[in-house]
Amino acid sequence: MKEALNIAGVLFIALTIAAGLIWVERRLLSVWQDRLGPNRVGPFGLFQVIADTIKLFFKEDWVPSFSDRPVFIMAPGILIITILLTFAVIPFGPDFIVFDSNIGILFFLGNSSLGVYSIVLGGWASNNKYSLIGAMRASAQMLTYEVFMGLSLMGVVMMADSFSFNAIVEAQKGGWFIVPQFIGFIVFFIAGLAETHRLPFDIPESEGELVAGYHSEYSGMKFGMFFVGEYLGITLISALIATLFFGGWLGPSFLPPVFWFLLKTFFFICMFILLRASLPRPRYDQLMKFGWKVLLPLSLGNILITGAVLIFFK
Amino acid sequence: MNIFFYIAATVAIISTIMAISGRNAIHALLFLILSFLAISVVFYLLDAPFIAALEVIIYAGAIMVLFIFVTMMLNVGLERKMENKWLNPRMWIVPGLLAAILLFDLILALKVSRTIPVGNQVIQPKQVGISLFSTYLLAVEMTAILLMTGVIGAYHLGSQKKKVMHRFLEKKIKTC
Repeated sequence: MKEALNIAGVLFIALTIAAGLIWVERRLLSVWQDRLGPNRVGPFGLFQVIADTIKLFFKEDWVPSFSDRPVFIMAPGILIITILLTFAVIPFGPDFIVFDSNIGILFFLGNSSLGVYSIVLGGWASNNKYSLIGAMRASAQMLTYEVFMGLSLMGVVMMADSFSFNAIVEAQKGGWFIVPQFIGFIVFFIAGLAETHRLPFDIPESEGELVAGYHSEYSGMKFGMFFVGEYLGITLISALIATLFFGGWLGPSFLPPVFWFLLKTFFFICMFILLRASLPRPRYDQLMKFGWKVLLPLSLGNILITGAVLIFFK
Repeated sequence: MNIFFYIAATVAIISTIMAISGRNAIHALLFLILSFLAISVVFYLLDAPFIAALEVIIYAGAIMVLFIFVTMMLNVGLERKMENKWLNPRMWIVPGLLAAILLFDLILALKVSRTIPVGNQVIQPKQVGISLFSTYLLAVEMTAILLMTGVIGAYHLGSQKKKVMHRFLEKKIKTC
């Protein structure tokens, strides 16, 4: 019974935040760009989400005749499934976790590497030049940044002595990991941006050159799934940053742990949106060069130093 | 627990057959990924969660993405007639016979020898790491050197000087 409640709670929170972000992002962007943003539908324009969803559902759901039909239909589903599965191992509170796995971090890395397929296959199945180029860029970018994403977390794993998210949160009772693992945090944040292909790293879908990249041919709710999947990805990465580096559900006891977790998560979601509002998009080769020549040595050095310090003080 | 094992094993076998008999290269690769995922489930059920996770991260997640990447660029799928000509059914006879002998051997071996029961204890990631860096250290180091050759090769291929000239201009200069 409790497990069923946990699953329902996690799904409800994740999906509500992801859907609500459509409105939050547009409002926050307009605040930072000195505009008003959507404020007509309902109080503060809050019902804009519902209006958008209704619009998406009533659009013609077109599968191009030149596409690879089964793969084309499957692709958006893979994205949603892999991201939602990862939420299962994230502790929203001490007992508010679906599956406290002892390979939690590996589970997340595995799911994030499977998530690449949705974009690659979506772009390939569309059978369109722009989509194919988008898919090509996405696979190279995400494969590259997965490497540092995994490596940047190893410092945290070494300090907490476990792959389990709950154990990592418990290990931060003496102090958040952001202080000793600052380099790991920076690398993880950048890799997270690249994994969710958000601006400034939205090179696979850069609308200036590639129309919309891998989802040019998608319409209706299939496009909607890519759209919501992106917001789910932001929520996931923010939740992970909060859990791994900022103490997760830990916090003063006058508020429930879930609240602290959501507060921290929401802060990083806002950071994602602020980055979108303020940074230009780099060129594709700059992105790859930055990854292999700056982030890889940084994360490897971080592992080396963390390991040396841990052995020295043991 | 047994029923889950048989389900996963069946999925693995069927998807592998689909992978080797499929005509569409990308679809065949997708079935291969499915079979890796099924094998990962089998590993998990055999109480080796760490290996299960690595199976997904490395095989299904990293290596197969590269395969799909390359196949995507080749735009294959139109050369089916060629494949039919190259792969005539007679070619399957000898490998089929040999595989049948192996299968027979395996069934006999399973019947005669006693199998070691698995599932006594869950093997934690830590145990795997410790044995990798103590008992099997030499093998790990040798694998690392093997991978290093790949890196050096890639560096050698990629380090050629960048051409700043456009290819049309180059022709012009040659003819002049």
